[in-house]
Amino acid sequence: MPNNNAHPKHNIDRDRLVDLYRTMRRIRAFEEAAEKASLSGQVGGAVHLSIGQEAVAAGVCANLRKTDQITTTHRGHGHCIAKGTDPGAMMLELFGKEGGTCGGKGGSMHIADFKVGMLGANGVVAAGIPIAVGAAHGAKLLGEDRVVVCFFGDGAINRGPFMEGLNWAAVFKLPVLFVCEHNGFASTTHSDAVTAGPGANARAESLGVEAFTVDGNDVAAVDSMVGDLIPRIRGGSGPKFLSAHTYRLKGHTSVDPAHYRDQEYAAAQWEQDPLRRATAELRRLGLSKEQLASIDNEADAEMAVVTDAAEAAAPPALEQAFADIQDIGAPVWREQS
Amino acid sequence: MSTISYQEAALQAVAEEMRRDRRVWALGEDLGRGGVFGQYGGLLEEFGPERIADTPISEATIMGASVGAALVGTRPIVEMRFADFALCAVDEMVNQAAKARFMFGGQARVPMVIRQPSGMWRSSAAQHSQSLEAWYAHIPGLIVVAPYTPADNKGLLKTAIRCDDPVIYIEHKDNWALQGEVPDDADYLVPLGAARLARTGDDLTLVTWSKMVGVAEQAAELAAEQGIGIEVIDLRTLWPWDQEMVFASVAKTKRLMVVHEAVQAGGFGAEIAATVAEHMAHVLTAPICRMGAPRAPISYAKPLEDLLRITPEQIVATAARQTGV
Ligand SMILES: Cc1ncc(C[n+]2csc(CCOP(=O)(O)OP(=O)(O)O)c2C)c(N)n1
Ligand SMILES: [Mg+2]
Repeated sequence: MPNNNAHPKHNIDRDRLVDLYRTMRRIRAFEEAAEKASLSGQVGGAVHLSIGQEAVAAGVCANLRKTDQITTTHRGHGHCIAKGTDPGAMMLELFGKEGGTCGGKGGSMHIADFKVGMLGANGVVAAGIPIAVGAAHGAKLLGEDRVVVCFFGDGAINRGPFMEGLNWAAVFKLPVLFVCEHNGFASTTHSDAVTAGPGANARAESLGVEAFTVDGNDVAAVDSMVGDLIPRIRGGSGPKFLSAHTYRLKGHTSVDPAHYRDQEYAAAQWEQDPLRRATAELRRLGLSKEQLASIDNEADAEMAVVTDAAEAAAPPALEQAFADIQDIGAPVWREQS
Repeated sequence: MSTISYQEAALQAVAEEMRRDRRVWALGEDLGRGGVFGQYGGLLEEFGPERIADTPISEATIMGASVGAALVGTRPIVEMRFADFALCAVDEMVNQAAKARFMFGGQARVPMVIRQPSGMWRSSAAQHSQSLEAWYAHIPGLIVVAPYTPADNKGLLKTAIRCDDPVIYIEHKDNWALQGEVPDDADYLVPLGAARLARTGDDLTLVTWSKMVGVAEQAAELAAEQGIGIEVIDLRTLWPWDQEMVFASVAKTKRLMVVHEAVQAGGFGAEIAATVAEHMAHVLTAPICRMGAPRAPISYAKPLEDLLRITPEQIVATAARQTGV
């Protein structure tokens, strides 16, 4: 086995890093707005923020085509934005409004956007794994040239579908990139405390799936690693596995103060914030403070606009409660008097 | 028309639909050897291993991968081998397949048929004998089908394969060898949601499905000798169920009995009984009767297993009480 942990030092092009940074900044701005709206009660349900993990979404999806597909988790806003979903439609969805990605019927945990290959977030941990594998299986059957990326967390590797899905992808040699976002937590539990053995990569390798590790807070490293892996997968070499080591800077949900973790350690992790690190790199590559600030401001302005629009938008028409259930046997909508 | 078995009828349905539509494929354990009941026999030779896919023993992923493959435009036929094993894939059925269309606001469809061979056959004990149709009838987004005749097993399976929503397709394991007249027509379709009037009678409406249709028919034969006319309705589709036919029959007979092999408590018979009671209590001349299994796991030993089976004689005795004969 080659040492997959030592990826050669990448030399990222400045324009590409600017693009990656912009994606990360848009994700951050979206989620800061979502967090606020959640705390104010305008956005209901559980909102899982990926603040601190944006480099994984940005670095992976920058290497995908529009026709490639992804599945994601309860913590999937970043993956959606990076794959090209309109944040306006996403924010409408979070607010439960008409025009949301799912017409307001899914919410944060069920965003999907099939036109950009975003096959759905999921409220069930690890459930996206078999679905991603099946989407790749479908592509193979239909003779379509597509790669499917499956995002999941370090908590998901302890569920059965993880093993089943990886084995399946390897058996059928499917074009899947499994991306394990190792953020240290499974909800309020340290994932290490509940995971036996040497971890995700060893499990993947035991099933014959070549596994790699990357610093998931270094967007250029993620980009470069995935940039190598995707063409290999597209070329028919079978599934690959990538552990992206990152850190969940916020609580499990927007309302979780995360008192269960070492506060000093958590505070220190902000030093490793992928946006901060990319900023430093961009400064080194000659980007001015003003140029960076203008990217930041643009992202903030974009998300302020979509948040205002979501606030002002109408809720879904009531008959939507009974729409798109099934062609026959669905309840009949009756106007309430 | 040809006289073929329930199993051959299903085989014909799958083969015809796979010829008709390249997006249709089947996956499950041991399909390459024809499936555990021979219901895929010969399909590998005709369609190849990509479309008759032998899978690992991974029910959750057989089901979940089928959801993914359906979302991207294929039409999987999911073989669960025994309905009991589908329980390893309930998340994928109930939280994923049944919900994707609605939850994603109509962006996606999940056209898949989930075949679940069900019911008691021969000393298969508690984990290989269950009838769990009521669980699925409870889930919005799922269609539930349970054919009894070979002709229906062809026509309904074909319709299920062409259906754009997920269908739970319940074949009775004791029915595989049942012979019947089956149309040869490659476009022979039986509509979902339509019951079949298996036998007419004036005194009592008996609603049932799957293998119990045969038992009910025998009962009706015996009851006729005693002067009791039992009208047997083979529901065929449990969700959505044919209220129109049931209501019309009850309006005529003024009595209702529901019979199923599944455990009576919380069984689908309760839904039918309650619905009829809600709408037609005023026409009923006798209390509604339900007959289902006692709420006991299914025994291995034959005499114990037999205690859980509903017999024609029991049905006749109940019918006699109900009609006052
Ligand atoms: C099957 C299942 N069990 C439990 C939960 C509740 N839950 C939601 S997120 C979560 C933790 C998941 O951890 P991980 O996979 O590492 O993802 P992360 O939240 O860290 O992104 C849990 C236990 C669930 N959604 N699904
Ligand atoms: Mg985690």
